[in-house]
Amino acid sequence: MNGSVFVNFPFIVVAVLLALGFYTIGFKRNLIKVVIGVEILEGAVNMFIVALGYVKGGYAPIYTQAPPEAVGKMVLPTPQALTLTSIVIGVAVTALMLAFAVNIYKHYGTLDVTKIRRLRG
Amino acid sequence: MIEHLPALMIAVPLFGAFTAPLFKKHYKEVSIWAIIITGITVILSLLLAKEVVTGGIMVYVFGADKPTLVLPSGYSVPIRIMFEVDAMSAFMAISATLMSFIGALYSYSHVDRETGLEKYYALLMLLEVGILGMVLTGDLFNLFVFLEIAGIAGSALVGFRNYRGEASEAGIKYLIVSAVASLMVLFAIGILYGQYGNLNLAYIAKNVSFNMVDMIALGLLFTSFAMKCGAVPMHYWVPDAYTEVPAGINPPLLVATYASLYALFRVSFTLFANVVVDLARVGWIMSILGVLTMFIGVTMALVQKDVKRLMSYHAISQTGYMLLGVGVGLTVLHDPSKLAEFGRDAMAGGVFHIINHIIYKSLLLMTAGALFYVTGTRNLNEMGGLARKMPITAISFMVGAAAISGLPPFNGFASKLLIYETSYRLNPLLTVFAMVTSVLTLASFVKVFASAFLGPPLEKFENTREVPKPMIIAMIILAALCIIFGLFPNLVLDKLVYPAVDALINFAQYHSWGGLA
Repeated sequence: MNGSVFVNFPFIVVAVLLALGFYTIGFKRNLIKVVIGVEILEGAVNMFIVALGYVKGGYAPIYTQAPPEAVGKMVLPTPQALTLTSIVIGVAVTALMLAFAVNIYKHYGTLDVTKIRRLRG
Repeated sequence: MIEHLPALMIAVPLFGAFTAPLFKKHYKEVSIWAIIITGITVILSLLLAKEVVTGGIMVYVFGADKPTLVLPSGYSVPIRIMFEVDAMSAFMAISATLMSFIGALYSYSHVDRETGLEKYYALLMLLEVGILGMVLTGDLFNLFVFLEIAGIAGSALVGFRNYRGEASEAGIKYLIVSAVASLMVLFAIGILYGQYGNLNLAYIAKNVSFNMVDMIALGLLFTSFAMKCGAVPMHYWVPDAYTEVPAGINPPLLVATYASLYALFRVSFTLFANVVVDLARVGWIMSILGVLTMFIGVTMALVQKDVKRLMSYHAISQTGYMLLGVGVGLTVLHDPSKLAEFGRDAMAGGVFHIINHIIYKSLLLMTAGALFYVTGTRNLNEMGGLARKMPITAISFMVGAAAISGLPPFNGFASKLLIYETSYRLNPLLTVFAMVTSVLTLASFVKVFASAFLGPPLEKFENTREVPKPMIIAMIILAALCIIFGLFPNLVLDKLVYPAVDALINFAQYHSWGGLA
């Protein structure tokens, strides 16, 4: 096994997910799929931050309960706090986007982004 | 009390936003509540600016024993959430609070025929919270959170008239753009956190080494914020959003756009300013982006028939002036003689143009909103002869149009002259484009004035009257500001703009607090 590939595996997945997300936003015609593309992007970014804070064999960062061998091997809590916040924000964004999509379907009768073009010029 | 001002700036409008839904079905009361809350924030921001301009940078640490205690003993890096307010932040905070107040005042009458107003005002105040948070924070992750708050509140307001399909269309465009942009900001924040182990702007700026990965982060941040502030070629969402949003929200939404511009400046000047190499190149990119933005924006505006859409394209075009002015300053940031010669004035022109543009563009979009309120249409070909029916709107429009075209003695002239004079020293070609843009701007506003206000009175507008008083008051305040800023530009330049520019130039000051190594 090549060690560096294994260590960098999460980041490779992040890169693939980013590419997939941008492809979905850019080339899919269905509005719901575009929303899914944004979600994939969000998943990629969240995974990137979590992977940054990963420590192999790490301990939970609770100082009062930590065994002596945990010193220097605690997982940083900041990236996980950031990811949680970002997930919560992401839910709000998705909900609003889907609400817009429902409203657009009501008025235009379609979810095809090439046909939703009343605003132009 | 004074030391808690930065936190109060967020807390007051947030309180207002969460209490607004309690006024369900009491539409007049909720409007007055919003006007009171936004009025209080105006006073708070003026106090804050006074404090910052006289006393230097204010740091506020949330949850610390003392709000100014940045590094408790035993810590070598800042670990708490903190706000860091310098003159540039205070300048943006004044713009944001003033425009939210004007927007709330104008909305009192403008949206009185709509339903669900308690949500409208709650979102208005949330938008204000988002903007204020973005400009006051000294923490990268908080920047992302407030960017998202402003983006969500803004797009919900763009889609507020949900009985129109177009509003939802513009809303989802704005939301997707702002979601993608802020996710890329978060990605860049992750990169920086992975390298420096901290989220504090000043701390990262101090340690930044500008290797390959930092360059990727700078590229991501630059692109995302340029996308959010509507620079060409990422400008396509601006006209849709500005057209569909109720005219009372236009002023705060404009400031939300320029809060992204502020973040762009903060990233280039504060975060990466220690890096001497390549900064001139970033400055050139910003200047050229500015020229392209102003030129493409104005040519798109010339062909529009919808009055609000025309003005929205002008908003893109005017963003170019700010990018040009500050870009010229960034190009010569590490060259002290050139900086003293024209760089500082160029940045003053760019920063002064932000507040001038917010004032006259809000005024123009409000007159467009007034036309829509009275005639029920935004199509220029269906209007005509309204000058006699709506004299105050017509005069406000003339003031705004003169200001945006850069005619003396209105405020647009003061800042544009600074930009022309200084960009000429860097490269004369930049100035030529800027002046041609100004002429084209004037041409398109003559077209609007002729088709909407002049000409024979139309029969169908026989019974139209001037718009209600709150709308008139809001427009008169802005028109008066246009003239005051134009007649006495030094007043604003010395008190607010030059301190803000010096705060950007003296980035070392922003980096040094609390004995941070």
